[in-house]
Amino acid sequence: MQTEELRLDGNAAGGVLRQVFAEDVTAALATCAGCGTSGLVGSLLEYGHGMGIVLRCPKCDSAVLRIARARGRLHVDLSGVRLLTIPERVSLA
Amino acid sequence: MADQPFIARGFHSRRAAAPPGRLPPGQYETRDFPVLSAGPTPRTPLESWDFTIRGADGGQSSVRWSWDELQALPRETPTVDIHCVTKWSKFDTRWEGVSVDTLLDAALTAGVADGAFVLAFCDGGYTTNLPRADVTGGKAWVAFGYDGAPLAPEHGGPARLLVPHLYFWKSAKWVRGLQLLPSDEPGFWEQLGYHDRGDPWREQRYQGDP
Amino acid sequence: MSEAVVERVAAATPGPPRLEWQVATVVSVQQETPRARTLVLDVPQWPGHRAGQHVDVRLVAEDGYQAQRSYSIASAPAERTVALTVERLDDGEVSPYLCGVLQPADGVEVRGPIGGYFVWEVAQGGPLLLVAGGSGIVPLMAMLRHHARADVSARAAVPVRLLYSARTLDDVIYRAELEKLADPPQVEVVLTLTRDAPPAWSGYRRRVDRAMLEAVSWPSSAAPHVYVCGPTSLVESVATLLVDLGHEASRVRTERFGPTA
Repeated sequence: MQTEELRLDGNAAGGVLRQVFAEDVTAALATCAGCGTSGLVGSLLEYGHGMGIVLRCPKCDSAVLRIARARGRLHVDLSGVRLLTIPERVSLA
Repeated sequence: MADQPFIARGFHSRRAAAPPGRLPPGQYETRDFPVLSAGPTPRTPLESWDFTIRGADGGQSSVRWSWDELQALPRETPTVDIHCVTKWSKFDTRWEGVSVDTLLDAALTAGVADGAFVLAFCDGGYTTNLPRADVTGGKAWVAFGYDGAPLAPEHGGPARLLVPHLYFWKSAKWVRGLQLLPSDEPGFWEQLGYHDRGDPWREQRYQGDP
Repeated sequence: MSEAVVERVAAATPGPPRLEWQVATVVSVQQETPRARTLVLDVPQWPGHRAGQHVDVRLVAEDGYQAQRSYSIASAPAERTVALTVERLDDGEVSPYLCGVLQPADGVEVRGPIGGYFVWEVAQGGPLLLVAGGSGIVPLMAMLRHHARADVSARAAVPVRLLYSARTLDDVIYRAELEKLADPPQVEVVLTLTRDAPPAWSGYRRRVDRAMLEAVSWPSSAAPHVYVCGPTSLVESVATLLVDLGHEASRVRTERFGPTA
């Protein structure tokens, strides 16, 4: 087995991301600080396990978003994302 | 409700009874060898693989070993228990590798600047920080064999750090070297709230644990 | 409506509720295949979902041990209950519980719906190409059910093809419903059986490959919306092949389920 078989889509991190952000950001556009590629957060590659979640750029493998839960705190490292473009939810309901 | 989890009827953890005194607090024994990874498996050909110890002078002084040079060093075959911070422990794992003492002694003899801390660095960008005292004194290895065979890539092959007396994230997979440092600098998981030392017997899982 | 008005209305609209864990009640269970079971849940605070979304399920043992997994929603957005179809992984710890221990009237902790990436709505139009491996059919079934409930003109405007790879015919989840969908043909359903096929089987008997995708898919010039779901290895090979065949990467949305167990 290779660790690539364990990876999922950024979409799989939607639950914890909704704890961090007020909006669903799996449909947001993230620009990788490593290579400048833009892609939907849901299409990043997710390497997640009991220690935390790492969302990597599918182009250059840089860690774009890192999240760990420790003692009732969520640690969120955004240093790998240069820009996050989040669609506003305009609801007329 | 969010803070008060609902107990699932008939759901039991798979914690098996372990010999008393052998499991650190909060751990359970597993017979599997779970694979935890924060990234894809790096593939560095052995011809271009090397292991480097960089000095605490910002890496101006350094010593490197090629794969063949590392293989030629005296080997040890520790059998140890390992403890993952995600709560599994595995008993009697058999490794083969070179003691970090052997490498550090050679580096210091060659004039590499000493430091009180080390940051292990790896293919794929992973890092983890350790007190120098935790990788010396026969407690740490650069391991390239597991259970009588070459260390498999998903478990960190061709070589990983093995520091079994600390939580297993300190035993960095795909290790390529040690950076000596005058002061502690947090690594990949330590930046995200994990403990700088990580002693399982004191349950040093997260920053702020005693 | 002017932008200012939209902005004011939007500001006055309460946001979605925070994503909280809540206890759902199992309404019924249904064995779909020897290894897959559908759980129909009544979730008290359910804001409604979009086809393709998932929920997180958390199990807590009496000694505090926790296990958490994500499961795709199989039911159409219009349904009042939430159906999850779970495949039993023999060495898993959550799926054997959900597939065996959990019974109607039991509670189970969930949070959701989650995800705005792997979703499809009939308003997005088509054509719609769905590629499933194993239990990867589940979120795609929500899309098919959503499509089946759309009004006739909306449905006619969106041709759908499903390519579904399963080990054997007995492992095909929702087989009867898929047969019904395919006759009369609202949806073209193509099965491929990778391990064992009945003697009279005239369909594909191999893993999804380039030739199969070329035969089943629309050409890239038709610009279909593509959703691929299944084991990580299948998803990655299918997505790569589709891009090689000229499909725009941004139109190929993927949902990896992890390693094949």
